[in-house]
Amino acid sequence: MSETGTIEHIAAPRPHPARQFVHHLAYVLRGNPVTLLAFGLFVLIVLCAVFGPSLVPYNPLASEAGQALKPPSLAHWFGTDNVGRDVFSRVIVAARLDMLISISAVALSFVAGSALGALAGYYGGWFDRISGRLIDTIMAFPLFVLAMGIVAAAGNTVQNVVYATAIINLPFYARVARAEVNVRREAGFVQAARLSGNSSLRTLAVHVFPNALPPMMIQISLNLGWAVLNAAGLSFIGLGVRPPAAEWGIMVAEGANFIVAGEWWLALFPGAALMIAVFTFNLLGDGLRDIVDPQRRT
Amino acid sequence: MDAVEVHTPLLEVHELTVEFATRNGTVRAVEHVDLTLPKGSTLGIVGESGSGKSVTSYAVLRILDRAGHIARGSIRFSGVDLVHASEPDMQDIRGREISMIFQNPRAALNPIRSVGKQIEDVLLRHSQTTKAHARDAAIEALRLVRIARPQERYDAYPFQLSGGMCQRIVIAIALACQPQLLIADEPTTGLDVTTQKAVMDLIADLTRERHMSTILITHDLGLAATYCDHIMVMEKGRVVETASARQVFAAPSHPYTQRLMRATPRPGISVRDLLPDPISAPVPRPEPAMLGVPPLLEVANLVKEYPSAGSGAWFSRLRGTTPETKPFRAVDGISFSLRAGESVGLVGESGCGKSTTSSMVMRLLDVSGGSIKLNGRDIGIVPAAQFAADPDRAKLQMVFQDATDSLNPRFTAFRSIVDPLYRLGNVGRGATARAKAAELADMVGLPRPLLDRFPHQLSGGQKARVGIARAIALRPQLLILDEPTAALDVSVQAIVLNLLMELRASLGMAYLFVSHDLHVVRLLCDRVIVMRAGAIIEQGPTERVMHQPEHAYTRELLDALPHPPS
Repeated sequence: MSETGTIEHIAAPRPHPARQFVHHLAYVLRGNPVTLLAFGLFVLIVLCAVFGPSLVPYNPLASEAGQALKPPSLAHWFGTDNVGRDVFSRVIVAARLDMLISISAVALSFVAGSALGALAGYYGGWFDRISGRLIDTIMAFPLFVLAMGIVAAAGNTVQNVVYATAIINLPFYARVARAEVNVRREAGFVQAARLSGNSSLRTLAVHVFPNALPPMMIQISLNLGWAVLNAAGLSFIGLGVRPPAAEWGIMVAEGANFIVAGEWWLALFPGAALMIAVFTFNLLGDGLRDIVDPQRRT
Repeated sequence: MDAVEVHTPLLEVHELTVEFATRNGTVRAVEHVDLTLPKGSTLGIVGESGSGKSVTSYAVLRILDRAGHIARGSIRFSGVDLVHASEPDMQDIRGREISMIFQNPRAALNPIRSVGKQIEDVLLRHSQTTKAHARDAAIEALRLVRIARPQERYDAYPFQLSGGMCQRIVIAIALACQPQLLIADEPTTGLDVTTQKAVMDLIADLTRERHMSTILITHDLGLAATYCDHIMVMEKGRVVETASARQVFAAPSHPYTQRLMRATPRPGISVRDLLPDPISAPVPRPEPAMLGVPPLLEVANLVKEYPSAGSGAWFSRLRGTTPETKPFRAVDGISFSLRAGESVGLVGESGCGKSTTSSMVMRLLDVSGGSIKLNGRDIGIVPAAQFAADPDRAKLQMVFQDATDSLNPRFTAFRSIVDPLYRLGNVGRGATARAKAAELADMVGLPRPLLDRFPHQLSGGQKARVGIARAIALRPQLLILDEPTAALDVSVQAIVLNLLMELRASLGMAYLFVSHDLHVVRLLCDRVIVMRAGAIIEQGPTERVMHQPEHAYTRELLDALPHPPS
């Protein structure tokens, strides 16, 4: 069957790589409605993060004493907070800060963790042993407490929240990369790459590591959601982002005081935004893997 | 089931059609298959990959995967309708009435359960024994498949046993409940010839003793003809020929069977005879360099040692109780030479050190002792990790056993082929590389449009061609072929062997052909080296070694090849 299938395609001219990618993307999205939904939400979040400040109806930081604690209405869709700021505007604008923190944290831990894990998995030996124990040490702490400790010790800044989030996520990337590289270390194509004159570092970087990407993509997407949650969690307990900056975690923390009094909208809407963001990233994983895996490009 | 009529065949399949739902619509894997299996007889189902031979047997056992279903036809086993039988009934039938031996014995066994326990599981599931007697019954089953020291082996785990032993365990499990029908799906693929013979003889003896019926599914026409009464040849889901083994082998009537017969390597033919349309062009037999000229490759006293298991355990070292264990010698001081343009076969069973030897010669593995001289220069002293930058790197190339595994799944065929040219061939990216790749594709007979495909979009034969194109891209002086056709169908193997033959003549390369298949080695090699347990036991011209082997082991290897009735 595969033989006949192959022959039919021989005559077909090869489309341009970029167009081929768009085709493949369309194929993946068509085949899986959940991925389509996740991509839709992701685009929405990105739009909010990029254009948020120029889209929102009110200045997210401008307080208006007369409008304090108004429930959702046509003028203020998500209501107003205790100093009269528009919650809707703040929720939209907060997307930028939250995305910035989580994406840069995940990027940092992906780069560092996969480099560490790939080297350990490919070369083994003492480097593997030392890096492995180092990672075990990080894993030995409750991760959120570790992040708290790092931010508290290094200084209460957004930058340090990024570093802390990156450090606590690093072990996951290192482990996935190590395992994926290790199983391919002796594969035929790796031997062939060595015969072709690739140095060992080049073999690792060009031949082995890209093959570890599909499972890492899932890790990245799950981690993004987790990093958003982590950043919000740190802000919630008063670390990292400081008021009056708009950030989902702080907004939930501030709004929590008013729930008892019946002003539920202060905490609910930023909380919902947070939930949607985490949900989106968790769903995105499978789609991302399908996109980077050439085997799906049939 | 007790009231079996005397003349009812054990298994009767009528007009069986199996369909699979795939991304590209419904695919018919098996169409209108009829087969009748009388009690006590053996049937061989022969065909190449994708012929539907395995699907037919899965349908009989109703173990098709979720996408597949029986679209039409009937399957009657001892008068029971298997197509409409309920799943609980099928579970009783599987293992007790019909059992199956799978291709990869290691994958078929549970790796974390001792083999004795696994036999007990089957016995207890089908209430063939009680908990109190299970152990004895399992040991008895082990003895039956001729496993030495069954009491000890009862506690062994699959990883502690060789491939042949694992297959015996699988046979023991399959036969434990005295089934009436045994289905063996490629039971010896991946096993050595001598192990293959032992396993097949065992299956034949045991099934004959118990008057069982057997279905042997194989791609090897010779094997089927040796062990089966009747042979059914399948092509693309259809049965093309059913006849007695002798008749199929002596006078195949269907053109497909004839092609299959032609393509099977056998004594007394040349590599050209394997092709469906015989080429009258003579086999190019390039003359190797003169005897007086220094050899291309000279291997002397080559040794590879591995520290033996246990000596590295730091806990026992800590206690100072490590006994002085001798390191294990995978290759034990071998010497041979290869002249420019010569083709030499390296033959032996798995574990004999032939792959270790070829890895060392290829400089993928460091040597423990001895020398490897290429054109008089000892390349053995260059560490394998640094050989990628060595001037001699381009002169030594290799074609790997598993074409799928040897191609980077993320590289197109084009990138795989040009990778050595970029790194060592001073070929720049762009039009030159494109032209070079097209030229190489033409040389190995790979259609040019396929260069933009990823490996999973290519067939097995096409992947083999990509692997060969990559290996010859740098015009090496020595090409090691590590069982390059082991994973291919015979018809594809025939084409690839001819291609290799022509390439050697046109490019003047020397071949070191590593294989366990003596028939294939004979077709391609001027000289043969036979290895056993890390040492060379015999070497000489192919015809002499094949016809008058000096060593008893070589004779054993030759005898183990299937001898179909002729």
